Amino acid sequence: MSYDLIVIGAGPAGMAAATTASTGGAKVLLLDDQSTPGGQVYRAIETAKDAEAAILGDEYMAGQPIVRAFRAQGIDYVPDAVVWQVSEEREVGYSSGGRAKLISAPWVILATGAIERPFPIPGWTLPGVMMAGAAQTLLKSSGVAAEGAIFAGCGPLLYLVARQYLRAGVNIAAVVDTTPKANRMGALPHLPHALLRWDLLAKGRRWISEIRRSGTPLIQNATALKVIGDKAAQSLVYKTADVDWREIKATHIFLHQGIVPNVNLSMAAGLDHSWDNRQLCWRPLTDAWGCSSVSGIAVAGDGAGIGGGLAAEAGGQIAAIGVLSAVGKLDAQASRDQARRPRAQLAHEHHARPFLDAWFRPASDMRVPNEDTTIICRCEELTLKNIRDTIDIGLAGPNQLKSFCRAGMGPCQGRCCGLTVQELIARETKRPAALVGYYRLRPPIKPLRLEELANLAIDDLEGDDAGQDR
Amino acid sequence: MFKRLHPETDDEITFDFEGTSISARPGDSVAAALLVANIDTFRETPVRGRPRGPFCMMGACFDCLMVIDGEANQQACQILVSDGIKVARQLGAAKIINDSETDDEL
Amino acid sequence: MSGAYDAIIIGGGLLGSAIGFGLARQGLGCVILDEGDTAYRAARGNFGLVWVQSKGIGKPVYADWTMGSAELWPGFAQELTERTGIDISYYAPGGIEICLSEAEFDERAQKMATLTGHQNGRFSHQMLDRKAMMERLPGLGPDVVGGSFSPHDGHVGPLFLMRAMQRAFVDLDGVIRTDSRVHAIKRDGDGFSVETPGGTVTGGKVVLAAGLGNKALAPMVNLDQPVYPLKGQVLVTERMAPFLDMPTTHARQTGEGTILIGSSQEDVGFDLSSGPEVIKRIADRARRCFPVLSKARIVRTWAALRVMTPDGRPIYDQSETMPGAFAASCHSGVTLAATHAMTFAKYVADGHLGSELDGLSAGRFDV
Repeated sequence: MSYDLIVIGAGPAGMAAATTASTGGAKVLLLDDQSTPGGQVYRAIETAKDAEAAILGDEYMAGQPIVRAFRAQGIDYVPDAVVWQVSEEREVGYSSGGRAKLISAPWVILATGAIERPFPIPGWTLPGVMMAGAAQTLLKSSGVAAEGAIFAGCGPLLYLVARQYLRAGVNIAAVVDTTPKANRMGALPHLPHALLRWDLLAKGRRWISEIRRSGTPLIQNATALKVIGDKAAQSLVYKTADVDWREIKATHIFLHQGIVPNVNLSMAAGLDHSWDNRQLCWRPLTDAWGCSSVSGIAVAGDGAGIGGGLAAEAGGQIAAIGVLSAVGKLDAQASRDQARRPRAQLAHEHHARPFLDAWFRPASDMRVPNEDTTIICRCEELTLKNIRDTIDIGLAGPNQLKSFCRAGMGPCQGRCCGLTVQELIARETKRPAALVGYYRLRPPIKPLRLEELANLAIDDLEGDDAGQDR
Repeated sequence: MFKRLHPETDDEITFDFEGTSISARPGDSVAAALLVANIDTFRETPVRGRPRGPFCMMGACFDCLMVIDGEANQQACQILVSDGIKVARQLGAAKIINDSETDDEL
Repeated sequence: MSGAYDAIIIGGGLLGSAIGFGLARQGLGCVILDEGDTAYRAARGNFGLVWVQSKGIGKPVYADWTMGSAELWPGFAQELTERTGIDISYYAPGGIEICLSEAEFDERAQKMATLTGHQNGRFSHQMLDRKAMMERLPGLGPDVVGGSFSPHDGHVGPLFLMRAMQRAFVDLDGVIRTDSRVHAIKRDGDGFSVETPGGTVTGGKVVLAAGLGNKALAPMVNLDQPVYPLKGQVLVTERMAPFLDMPTTHARQTGEGTILIGSSQEDVGFDLSSGPEVIKRIADRARRCFPVLSKARIVRTWAALRVMTPDGRPIYDQSETMPGAFAASCHSGVTLAATHAMTFAKYVADGHLGSELDGLSAGRFDV
């Protein structure tokens, strides 16, 4: 079986890309590491009942037509497939059913989405502390929620999940908002353009009013956070611009300060990336069709730049149209025509972005902590002091730091510490974050067993019955 | 404490956590099932022996590593429950299980 | 006379850092000029073996040089730790090369005999049959027929070693300049001036320790360093409870508990291919040696470009026409770190290489 296109990721971008490409006559393989499609934003969408619509909201239910269209196409889809490499020659390595396989195609679309920005505060490694996205995943996938939890941080997702909790009838101990007041001045210039999506802004305000009206304490302008506990989280202490340390008891604390592209696969594939100082993250360099610096590899969705589920869908469609054109299934004019509507959708989804990015820009103290005992690298258990001690005058950058103290060498491969370390080096060596650089990432971007590598079927490179379970 | 929004169900899966029987539902990750059973600590770290539990629930952070059916370093948030699996906290670094030995730690 | 520094060391990898430390501890004022953070360093791709039993078979001068380094290693490691407080995870319990067939075993035995002959009793080893192997190594696979054990071998954390050498260098007032890729070396009176993007650096001596970069730099001081890149891969597992305390050529457990699995630089038959075939072969061999590692998870790979020479042995030279200029290239930067810091650096300070290195000059390739 040979494919025209391999899509990695079954979130909105991946599903839309696979659907569009397949509709256009391309032979498509979709690999995804979860058991069901939807990615993060539309997790468990296929089993969502109407009762869930009221709790999870319209934005979530918008995923249903996307997944239905995907299923209707009958695309070769391998769930529970963990992709551990994409090479510059578009050799895709993945593990499925305990076996590692290699398959290649003339085109690969990376649609692996985003991860939450690290939120290193004292005590963040204690059991009971999780990210807000984790709370949402537990809610969507298993219908479970933590009573009396605290939501702390900034960004639309924080309010969204808190609201979902309240609608599900779950009590929240408090929402502690760390959105810096100082952001407002910087956000104002972007407001006029954002008003093109006044509906989004109004919706955000409604979420906040709902939280207030529920009687849940909403504490704003928090400038410092700490989790207190010995073997597990017992409470959150916070400071605001107006009050000194206060404590709220809770055994579950959900943190959030924005999402960033998950670049582990795109960086390991050798794509060029650039630092986005507005979103404070790395993004692969892509053109108007999602094509990257590596020929035959395109990127779509939040993995190319944060935009949300509907922007991801549009981006997936555009990338697929580009691929259809590249493999000769669409001429140039037809591809431009077909791309018109998704481009309009993409623009529509991006109108409010600059304003939201500026308004919810996390405080630099929250991105890089000040307390010496705060853990920075969770996997290797390195504290701020451990890392600072390694940053000598003359330290070249994060890769030398990594080699000297092991930061970034654990299984998460820097997903939880890379941005923190980069900005910490920038702060200590007084250089712009963009020039400091990032960990050099290499495959495997997810761990796999030694025996899988030893049994790797190399001749699968020419084609594989990947769509069938072996 | 984590609770289920819809406590009533017909489908039940039972698995073992360190000798205790835990109830779960089809589609639960091991992590979700343990959280609902009031288990928040999934492992102790290799370097300092500190307690950790699930953190990102999306397979990115690798903090939810547990020993499942004798194999270490399994991400509990990525593995769905099934009847009769044996789940245990991973205490420290992964231990090598010799084929000639039992499932117990070396 | 000389300019700002007594010695300029070009290259901040395992060689440059060792030589720099060695010169600084003799009281020379030194600067290390290094390319920068994303340089594809051989130093970062090193397996970490301090290995004697495979070196210099057929080349006694190299066997002697290697043994000399192994003998210096314990004192060198202790000095580094005392100076810097950094634990470099150096252990010397001996080392084993595992043989997976009778043919491999016989070939190995012959090599060990040759090496013993070179060194007149300085080198000792034991050929172990399967039973003897099982007493020393846990969980050996059914394919293991035996192996060679040498008490002179050991292993170290190569990255911690780098860090410690550089820390010690800086503590001795050595200067490290990064983002300083050298593009020209010129004579400057009796010394040298070296051009970098950040400006000119002058010094009385210059040592070329830039790995693959030595090829382009050597002619600037009328030397020849015919080095070329040879890709090597190392697989790294997640941290595991202590399992393997003796290093072997294809797998060793680090101080942190991770297990490194790789194609050893010690083999004479180098694998020239790259890509999934190599990784598969590395993984398969490790699994055959230690089947218990089958389920161990590979969490990271290193690839590095080894600094390879035409015969696999180091090249050390001093410039005849430009006295004070030295060059050193090798792929065993860890094993030789001790002798680079202690012996080679002494030769550089004295102004001429010792006669023990005559056979390792680039001149040997002109035949």
